[in-house]
This record gives sequence, C-alpha cells and structure tokens, in this order.
Amino acid sequence: MIEFLLDGHSQVAPYMQLVQQVKQGLRTGLIEPGDQLPKVRSVAESLAINPNTVLKAYRHLEAEGLVEGRPGVGTFVRRTLAGPSLAGQAELRRELVGWLRRARTAGLEQEDVVALIQTTMRATFQDDEKREEIA
Amino acid sequence: MNLALEAHSLGKRYKRNWALRDCSLQVPAGRVAALVGPNGAGKSTLLNLAVGLLRPTEGTLHVLGRRPDGDRDLLDRVGFVAQDTPLYPDFTVSELITMGARLNRRWDTPLARDRMEQIGIPLDRRVEGLSGGQRAQVALTLALAKRPELLLLDEPVASLDPLARREFMQVLMGSVADGDTTVLLSSHLLGDLERVCDYLIVLQTAHVQLLGGVDELVNEHKALTGPRRQRADVAGVAAVIRESHTDKQTTLLVRTNGPILDPAWTVHDVTLEDLVLAYLAYPAPGRAVLGVAK
Repeated sequence: MIEFLLDGHSQVAPYMQLVQQVKQGLRTGLIEPGDQLPKVRSVAESLAINPNTVLKAYRHLEAEGLVEGRPGVGTFVRRTLAGPSLAGQAELRRELVGWLRRARTAGLEQEDVVALIQTTMRATFQDDEKREEIA
Repeated sequence: MNLALEAHSLGKRYKRNWALRDCSLQVPAGRVAALVGPNGAGKSTLLNLAVGLLRPTEGTLHVLGRRPDGDRDLLDRVGFVAQDTPLYPDFTVSELITMGARLNRRWDTPLARDRMEQIGIPLDRRVEGLSGGQRAQVALTLALAKRPELLLLDEPVASLDPLARREFMQVLMGSVADGDTTVLLSSHLLGDLERVCDYLIVLQTAHVQLLGGVDELVNEHKALTGPRRQRADVAGVAAVIRESHTDKQTTLLVRTNGPILDPAWTVHDVTLEDLVLAYLAYPAPGRAVLGVAK
C-alpha cells in the first residue's frame, strides 16, 4: 500500500500533493488496478491533516476515473497510468540520458535544460492537440 | 446550511474594555475551523461565551441552534478544553475518567480508556506526573469522551513542543475522521492550524477581520505585480488589502470578484499565511467582515 508524505514548504496544495503521489505510484507501477488506497482516517491521522483534504484528493482521482470509492469498504484503483509498457519507458529513458549528456556537453546548465524541456513540451503538446482537433 | 455556531453583533465588555465587539460570524457544521488572531484579540472570550462561562454584553450567540448560557442539555453536546488544559493535579487519569462519567450524561468510558491506552498514558498516573504533551492529550481525550457535536479548543498546542503538537493533531484529526464533530480551535499562530483547518476566522482587536472557507479564501485572493502606478481601479478587484511600492514596481494583495485580465498586472496565487498576515495588518478595526462566508 502507498504511504503519503506531505511537503509543508511546497506551494502545491496538500490535497494536490496526495493526488500527485497516487498518480506517480500509478505511473511507476507501484500501485495497480485493484489495490486499495489508505483509509481516509489513517491518512488524516498519520499526516495530522484534515480528513476533508484526503477526501478531496480521493474525489479528484475518482473524477478522473483512476479510482473508485466503495461505500463502507474503501477506495480502490481502477486503472493504471503506467503507459503501454514500463519497458517502453526504459527505452525512452535511455534516449533521454543520451540527450541530457549531449546537452551538458553543449554547455547547458540544469536550469537551462529544465526551461528548454518545459517550453518545448508545452509547444509540442499544444501543436499535437490542435492537430488532433482538426483531424 | 447547518450552523454549529452563529453570532450576530456579539459583544463582551469587561468594565470599560470591549474584549469582543460587533462580532458576526458563522461556523458551518462538520468543519474544522481555525480561530486565529494575536493575543488579546478576543479568541478566548468568544470560546468562553460559546460554552456559557461568560454572558454576552450585547448581540446574540447560538451554539448548535441554542443559546449557551445555563442550557445543560446543550452543554452535554459541547466539548471544551480551556487554555493550558486545567486538570486537577492530584487526580489519577483513571479518577478523571470516573469523574467525567459522574459529571456528564453523555459519556463513553471505554472510548476514554482505549484512547489513553493507544497514546500510552498509564491510567494510574497522577496528572502532576504527566508531561505537558500528555496532559494536553488527557484533556483532549476527556473532551472526546463526551462524543461532542461541537469541540472547542482554546490554544490547545501553544505550550507544546513540536512532537507533542504533531501527536495532538494526529489524535484530533483521527477523531474528526471518525465522526461528524465540528471543531473550533484557536491559536495565535496560523502555522499550527494550517494543515488541519478548512475554515478560517481571523480576529483582530476584538473584531472579525476575515471569515470563510479556506479554499474559497485562497482562491479569491491574488497578489498582483506590475509597473509602479498610483492606485487605479483594476477590473476584477473588489478590494485592495495591502499595497507596497518600490521606485519601479507596485505590489498589491487583493480580493477579487472576477478574473483579472489587465495585461499590465502579473497575477500570483497567495498562500493562506500571506492572506492572514495581510488582514492582520489591515487597518481600520471595526470595518465590516471582509471575507465571504460560503
């Protein structure tokens, strides 16, 4: 079962931190369809946070179709975010490592890389979405 | 909306000084509400009025739909832990539980004993032999044993070290998850309550400065930065709570009533802490409630 952490200094709202951690777990295969998420009470108690914050996170995940609440039983994972295969990720990761090395040789600092990736990602995904809309 | 606590123009005067004045607020049922303000802002006065230990000088107060003074049926449904958790020092924990059972018509002895065991407090220990953190836990457990519909806690963690604070809040949040207790807890530090509250009341010099659901308050306030300018009307801004200037730049903390589209301003989100500090520094005590209760 997943264990939540909360970063008190993060600008990200606590409920969103919980959402992101579940998604992260789904992406990496740490949690899978059928797995149960921790009970609201136990999360509220262990993190000393408002139970409504946990409920809000679970409702958010439910609205995205990732989990489902079964009344009186708990909240369960419905589908995974781990892409077609984790093996595919390994391949992409290798390519990314190669690219990052080239970027460093070219004189880019870490912050330059992050900025480049973010702007390129935004532009590319936007273009793709537009193309899909037209098609 | 079901209200656990509702005050209209509530005021309390001690001789010449108003400890609370023109205080109108609501706490919706089922919330964990933080009552924040500096020492002397009127927090304890409000809580003491809510349990009938004080009587209002003016205005009205309803707790769970009833007036608190002298209403025994109501007091059975309200749990209260006063500041510095006063407990009889030469009583054992077990004797406190027995006393609670005799003094309260609604009382859950097994719950009290189980919880004491869970948090590792020996029943035969005298109160004077407990640490500050343990004493706070005992007081909380006794209040919870009433299975209250409304739980009022006056500066519950002010005198505790960080670990004891955390443990206290863990027990409190676990109990909130168990039932539908409404909680109103006070602190002069927002940081103590930020993770646990979903409703906020800011008191300053006997007046309510800000009131509302935490999410709504954070969403409707923004920080704006832009080139220095004299205060101008910005579409979407309902009120300017704080402004500051450098020779080139103006920064505003504003309450919005619509999107801010003026390209001259860069719009930033604010944290709850920014918001509370801005309202505490906001002048003109006596002005109307600024936040919107939802």
